[in-house]
Amino acid sequence: MEKTMAGTAIRVTEEGYLEDFNQWSAEVGAEIAAEEGITMTDEHWKVIDYIQDQYKNEVPLTIRKVGKSGVIDIKGFYALFPGGPLKKASRISGIPKPVSCI
Amino acid sequence: MKKDIVILGAGTAGTMMSNHLRRALADDWSITVIDQRTEHHYQPGYLFVPFGVYEPEEIVKPIEKFIPHGVDLVLGEIDRIYPDHDKVVMGDGKEYNYDILIIATGTNIAPEEIEGMMGPHWHKDVFDFYTLEGAVALRDKLRKWEGGKMVINIAEMPIKCPVAPLELAFLADAYFEHRGMRDKVELVFATPMSGAFTKPKATEKLDYLLKEKNIKIVPDFNIMSVDGENKTITDYGGEEISYDILVSVPTNKGSDLMERSGIGDEINYVPTDRGTLQTKVKENIFAIGDATNIPASKAGSVAHFEGEILLENILRYVKGEALKEEFDGHANCFIETGHGKALLIDFNYTHEPVTGTFPFPGVGPLSLLKESRMNHMGKMAFKWIYWNMLITGRHLPFVSAQMTEAGKVFDD
Ligand SMILES: Cc1cc2nc3c(=O)[nH]c(=O)nc-3n(C[C@H](O)[C@H](O)[C@H](O)COP(=O)(O)OP(=O)(O)OC[C@H]3O[C@@H](n4cnc5c(N)ncnc54)[C@H](O)[C@@H]3O)c2cc1C
Repeated sequence: MEKTMAGTAIRVTEEGYLEDFNQWSAEVGAEIAAEEGITMTDEHWKVIDYIQDQYKNEVPLTIRKVGKSGVIDIKGFYALFPGGPLKKASRISGIPKPVSCI
Repeated sequence: MKKDIVILGAGTAGTMMSNHLRRALADDWSITVIDQRTEHHYQPGYLFVPFGVYEPEEIVKPIEKFIPHGVDLVLGEIDRIYPDHDKVVMGDGKEYNYDILIIATGTNIAPEEIEGMMGPHWHKDVFDFYTLEGAVALRDKLRKWEGGKMVINIAEMPIKCPVAPLELAFLADAYFEHRGMRDKVELVFATPMSGAFTKPKATEKLDYLLKEKNIKIVPDFNIMSVDGENKTITDYGGEEISYDILVSVPTNKGSDLMERSGIGDEINYVPTDRGTLQTKVKENIFAIGDATNIPASKAGSVAHFEGEILLENILRYVKGEALKEEFDGHANCFIETGHGKALLIDFNYTHEPVTGTFPFPGVGPLSLLKESRMNHMGKMAFKWIYWNMLITGRHLPFVSAQMTEAGKVFDD
């Protein structure tokens, strides 16, 4: 489906993840963050940068991996994105919902 | 000249591959399989041990019984793989050279990853059921237990057999009811997922069953620590849950061997191509079962489906042909729901579990995503199939390695 964010029509999944990473911009990210009740700070953006980097290099992400990244530890990751940090941070980053390997 | 295939691990997948390969390859190939244990455990049976349905003896057999003639079984701990030298070195220093290596070392619980989980309370009030010792300790505790609060917790995903913790909750409900003490037991299911399961249709159904059985679900609970003295668990967000009995599925990790060899990811799973099962470590190293990092369920049924495809790819590799990218992530799992009933789910990388009939479209006899007695009989029959067909590498009748869409209801 389509949703207007930051003044443009963006394609998103039912759960609100971007369908096309190329449509992402920092404004779109901030708007998604606001929907999640998160106000973005430099700390948040550092994590988003890291997550997008991993995505571009096709490295699958886990909470543990983010915690070991040197960018932030697990506790800090939760503090920035309360509830489901990896899910929320992935949405804000404009990348697909993390696959929990079932 | 003789050539060597070495298989690491003689569990479900390693045993199965040794049987497949011995039948398929001529005598100019020697096959060696290495494991540190002498016993093969039917792990799906662990689920039933706490409730006295299976005795430990029924689910443990000697490893060597299932390794075919013409395959060398080596017992001992594998220390390291040297991909650049095509060799494996054992803990005692012995070396094995290979032309082709198959990694099938599985995954195991790592309770030490959760702060405070290990301690005097381990296997006293805090249990796992992913090991035989844990399942037996829980059984002994339940026999004497007079009631209280039992919390079932998944530490983090991925775990092997991701439906097993739910099944444990369902079976506990039935067990306490049977013993006439259900009203004295509070059951809580605390999970890092946002519902009972990861896939939407199945979650809807399973959330409903939890409710029906009066099992309280605490979603998005990411455990940080266990306080064994005060009997509480705390998540990263600060939420606390108290317990009398904690049944935990701790973090699952692949073998430390990967870390020592420098080839695993951060939880020691081997980077593997999800279609061909060739690892990204080197072209002559393949991986199967729980040891890989592919986004499929870690389950015996998955190892079985992978086995048929891996066999073909190894035969192609031997002949110098291109590999087939055929594995579709097919998984097929029974979910025991208690009182002699079970659900069945069948899915792959791209198709979530839905309702329908299996294996014959429109006929069954098994029903997908619906409780039935027939499904329960299927689950019970799985033990026989496992010992007699699955690990000996026989094709299961009517069930193909790739998932079939026939007989399933995809949109409703
Ligand atoms: C409680 C529970 C319930 C389950 N229920 C089901 C179910 O209903 N259906 C289903 O399909 N699956 C189920 N499973 C999952 C299934 O048992 C596993 O997915 C399957 O056994 C994986 O096979 P594997 O060969 O990859 O690993 P394993 O069978 O675990 O074998 C790995 C082997 O490698 C050996 N090894 C590891 N490291 C080393 C080393 N360094 N040196 C020497 N040897 C080593 C180990 O000793 C072991 O024998 C369940 C699992 C559990 C725990």
